[in-house]
Amino acid sequence: MSGTFSGVMTGILIVVFLGIVFWAYSKRNKAAFDEMAQMPLNENAPEKKETSHD
Amino acid sequence: MSEQAYNDKVVRQFSIITVLWGIVGMLVGVIIAAQLAWPALNFDVSFLTFSRLRPLHTNAVIFAFGGSALFATSYYVVQRTCQVPLFAPKLAAFTFWGWTLVIVLAAVTLPLGFTQSKEYAELIWPIDILITVVWVAYGIVFFGTIVKRKVSHIYVANWFFAAYIITIAVLHIVNNLAVPVSLTESYPVFSGAVDAMSQWWYGHNAVGFFLTAAFLGMMYYFIPKQANRPVYSYRLSVVHFWALISIYMWAGPHHLHYTALPDWAQSLGMVFSLILLAPSWGGMINGIMTLSGAWHKLRSDPILKFMIVSLSFYGMSTFEGPMMSIKTVNALSHYTDWTIGHVHSGALGWVAFIVIGSLYALIPKLYGKTEMYSTSMINTHFWLATIGVLLYIAAMWIAGVMQGLMWRAVNDDGTLTYTFIESIKATYPYYVVRFLGGLMFLGGMFLMAWNVMKTIKDVEPAVVTIKTPAVAAQGA
Repeated sequence: MSGTFSGVMTGILIVVFLGIVFWAYSKRNKAAFDEMAQMPLNENAPEKKETSHD
Repeated sequence: MSEQAYNDKVVRQFSIITVLWGIVGMLVGVIIAAQLAWPALNFDVSFLTFSRLRPLHTNAVIFAFGGSALFATSYYVVQRTCQVPLFAPKLAAFTFWGWTLVIVLAAVTLPLGFTQSKEYAELIWPIDILITVVWVAYGIVFFGTIVKRKVSHIYVANWFFAAYIITIAVLHIVNNLAVPVSLTESYPVFSGAVDAMSQWWYGHNAVGFFLTAAFLGMMYYFIPKQANRPVYSYRLSVVHFWALISIYMWAGPHHLHYTALPDWAQSLGMVFSLILLAPSWGGMINGIMTLSGAWHKLRSDPILKFMIVSLSFYGMSTFEGPMMSIKTVNALSHYTDWTIGHVHSGALGWVAFIVIGSLYALIPKLYGKTEMYSTSMINTHFWLATIGVLLYIAAMWIAGVMQGLMWRAVNDDGTLTYTFIESIKATYPYYVVRFLGGLMFLGGMFLMAWNVMKTIKDVEPAVVTIKTPAVAAQGA
């Protein structure tokens, strides 16, 4: 019984993992991911200095 | 929309104190390394003995140095990638003072011998409660900032930080469940093999989520930023994130090979540890390949050198770890100094290197400067640290394999070839080499402290206002 349960769980987890892989590599998400990959590079640089800060 | 500024005060506080805790933690490390080579150095003073200072060293480098670096960078990264200031800035300020109080209390109680005797969870129950309060506040600040973000997506670095904050809360609370009997004493609710298993479920996931996932979050922001290139494959980062956090959970039993833990649990831990190689290397490849096409930057930028070498050590120690989790290999390596070498290849080579690199990138920005006071000093620091860590781990590898072989050697009549003390005697030269390696690494930290001091001297902190970029406007 516990063997069957382990087998079913393993199967489900493989399907979940493959689902994540397909989701990550689907054409539909490519544009969004490319845009997200740019996020650290878009950040604004320091421009003015302060006298007091909170 | 009125102009808002990022809340960088708490980032500055955590960044600067990271350097201080790095020096303190590594200094204690060098002292206990010297004690192993020259035992008289404990001067027969109780609070200077190895047993008292060793937990002080591990707590200081992991939770004070590493932890403060993670507070600093996660607060910085979550603001920049969400394009909003921190949620609940007063609570964020509380996390700084609260965490610092935890560290001070640890530095007082551990040398005095107050401990609950769980490795990496030595602190007594009142301090554990304070940690829980600070950690919940940390979670509120971090997730509150994510919730009010101005961009539609959550950048991958924040996923890693989020996983680390949630998991550490769960690990800390479960492993420290205890019944207090006085202000300084308590009994754990678990016992026997169950206690050992929950301890190493905690211990290994502290490695997985504190020392790995969180620093990967740091890596996923600061390497693209420093290389000025987007991460090599965002898709790979998504896949290896989910694989990493799902698999790490089950690897803990490899700390308990050949103990009273059931055999099936040991094998389970070993198998999951072996599988872990894949998601670990996913992160390493993704980080290193971010530089693909711009390798020349490594020649001129010592900050990038720190970052890329950190990933090389990460790759190396995440190969070594699964290998050591194989039961037959573990039969040789367990309880030897090989383990210490492995840990430091990860802790110095990966964690400290990525922290040092990220701080060199971050600190000038926090003070409105374009770069650190001295770049050549960073380069010197890089070589000191690299040679130091190589000396350290090479010495411990050799010592560890030697100890393992001596302990298992038997004569024809079945008696042991060597006494235990003979293996210790044979280890002395390696302890001296390890001490020198550690001393070099510590020397590099002093150089860093000097460089940081010169960089921030007489400089007003920078206020960075939030401009909403085109990307964010589309998303909103």
